Amino acid sequence: MTVDTTSKAPKSRPSGWHLLLAPVALLFLLPFLQMFLASVSPASELLKFPPPIIPSRIDFSGFVTLFTESDALLWLGNTVLVATSAIVSHLVLCSLAGYGFARLAFRGRTVGIFMILATIMIPTQLLMIPTYLLFSRLRLIDSLGAAIVPWLSSAFGIFLMRQFFLSLPKELEESGLIDGANRWQVFSRIVLPLAKPALATLAIFTLLGSWNDLVWPLIAINNDHAFTLQLGLANFQGTRRTEWSLLMAGNVVATLPLILFFLIAQKQFVATMTLSGLKG
Amino acid sequence: MTTTELPPAATAPPRADQPDRPGRRHDRRRAALTGWLFVGPATLIVLGLSIFPAGWAFVLSLEKWNGFSAPEFVGGKNYSRLVTDAEFADAVLHTIVYTAMFVPMSVLAGLFLAVALNRRIRFIGIYRTAIFVPFVASAAATGILSTYLFNPQYGLVNNVLQRLGLPAQGWLEDPAQAMVVIAIMSLWGQAAFTTVIYLAALQDVPGELIEAARVDGAGSWQTFWRVIWPQLRPVTVFVTIWQTIGAIQLFDLVYTTTRGGPLNATRTIVYFLWDKAFRSLDFGYGSAAAYVLFAITLLTTIGVVVYSRRKNMEAF
Repeated sequence: MTVDTTSKAPKSRPSGWHLLLAPVALLFLLPFLQMFLASVSPASELLKFPPPIIPSRIDFSGFVTLFTESDALLWLGNTVLVATSAIVSHLVLCSLAGYGFARLAFRGRTVGIFMILATIMIPTQLLMIPTYLLFSRLRLIDSLGAAIVPWLSSAFGIFLMRQFFLSLPKELEESGLIDGANRWQVFSRIVLPLAKPALATLAIFTLLGSWNDLVWPLIAINNDHAFTLQLGLANFQGTRRTEWSLLMAGNVVATLPLILFFLIAQKQFVATMTLSGLKG
Repeated sequence: MTTTELPPAATAPPRADQPDRPGRRHDRRRAALTGWLFVGPATLIVLGLSIFPAGWAFVLSLEKWNGFSAPEFVGGKNYSRLVTDAEFADAVLHTIVYTAMFVPMSVLAGLFLAVALNRRIRFIGIYRTAIFVPFVASAAATGILSTYLFNPQYGLVNNVLQRLGLPAQGWLEDPAQAMVVIAIMSLWGQAAFTTVIYLAALQDVPGELIEAARVDGAGSWQTFWRVIWPQLRPVTVFVTIWQTIGAIQLFDLVYTTTRGGPLNATRTIVYFLWDKAFRSLDFGYGSAAAYVLFAITLLTTIGVVVYSRRKNMEAF
């Protein structure tokens, strides 16, 4: 149900809200617009004052420099690898655990789920130092493994999947069990196919989190062959402050995939964010 | 929230008057095995990467250790050192300043945008997309964009100011303004979050309430304050807590814009602890700062929850 607080005005009449919303929307898009324009501007024009609003010609040299003079392509590959393994592992492990905690009776279940929920309260900053020390003993530091391992599973993912499985009617599974299927078959053939919306939500969260993660790679990875794209970008920021066309090209490469993904999965995205807020 | 899904027979404890059926113990062991096969891997990872490190962090916070030489137990010394450390006090102050700017701004902006976006007019989809899409931008990308847009020499913001006949500002290079810029850019990236929560809450306001207010002759302003706003209070408490926790933990955007500068004006608590642990290699001191951060977060959350309970605005 949508609450229309404006007026009884019919839909066709132009609304005064446009006068408010159009400038606000423009303001929100402006940074992206600048980013795209700057990424295809000739480098010299970006340092002029006042800078031209529209570049005099389209120049891709920022992208060329990015891909030829830095390891950006490698970093992009690393990021894709981290995000992919995060998503796959999250989907598998969190749906299994969520189902187990929601539906199976076994010793230690209550303690287990309670402890997992309690960890949501622990700020990640508290964990950075000991995790770094732990990973350095496991010889994971400076390797891509350091970026991947913390993203294999999460308390939030388990909680999200558990909530979803609790909301499914039990009768669906009971008929399967009566027909002689075991738990694994019930889970994989009956329950999981119904969980697509929850899995999509989990995938979106995991993608956003793992793709954009900066602090942890910053701490755990100093070897630029194992950099993620975000870390590489942040590093540019320190070392190549004035090469704006290159920096913006990097920004476009790091952000565009997520923007496109957002535009495609917008509905699920918004539902996901609402869920994160109300149930997180 | 209920967790018991199984038929009572399976969960009821074995009673003395019931003969223990043969194979029952076997069944239970089998159930435990199945259960742990399902939940084990994820549970192991989550607990192994949180409970264990959290405990270790506490031990570390009682030690003086640089990662190489033997750790030295110093008890509460790291904590007492924090209390008198002017640098830490500054970091706390900067964090408070940022939180005080960002949280009200983001809650108000979310409320305002949600009300504005919650109607059926043309292009509403485009407006919503425009406000939601910055949410996907990373801190690194947002940081780089910020330094470009707010560049004092050729940035868009000063360009616009000059065209309007206003004086150019130093922005991220001015100690008094740097945190303001960071707050503005956080708002740009985060506005979608509070907006979406408020949008969902607005759609849960019963239509009859609004109808009734209309019939009683209330204007839209009155309807909003007297009817809709009271219904939004629990959500307001929730987003305030959520945004406050996020604000207290500010780091990424500081790192990718100012690196704590200019003149340390944007060094936050997390920046301080990162700097102590990973640059000065003072793991004990960094861990103590992390525990203080944890305590602040917890106290803030409890404070807001207690306050809202007293005011009858339960959010949880």
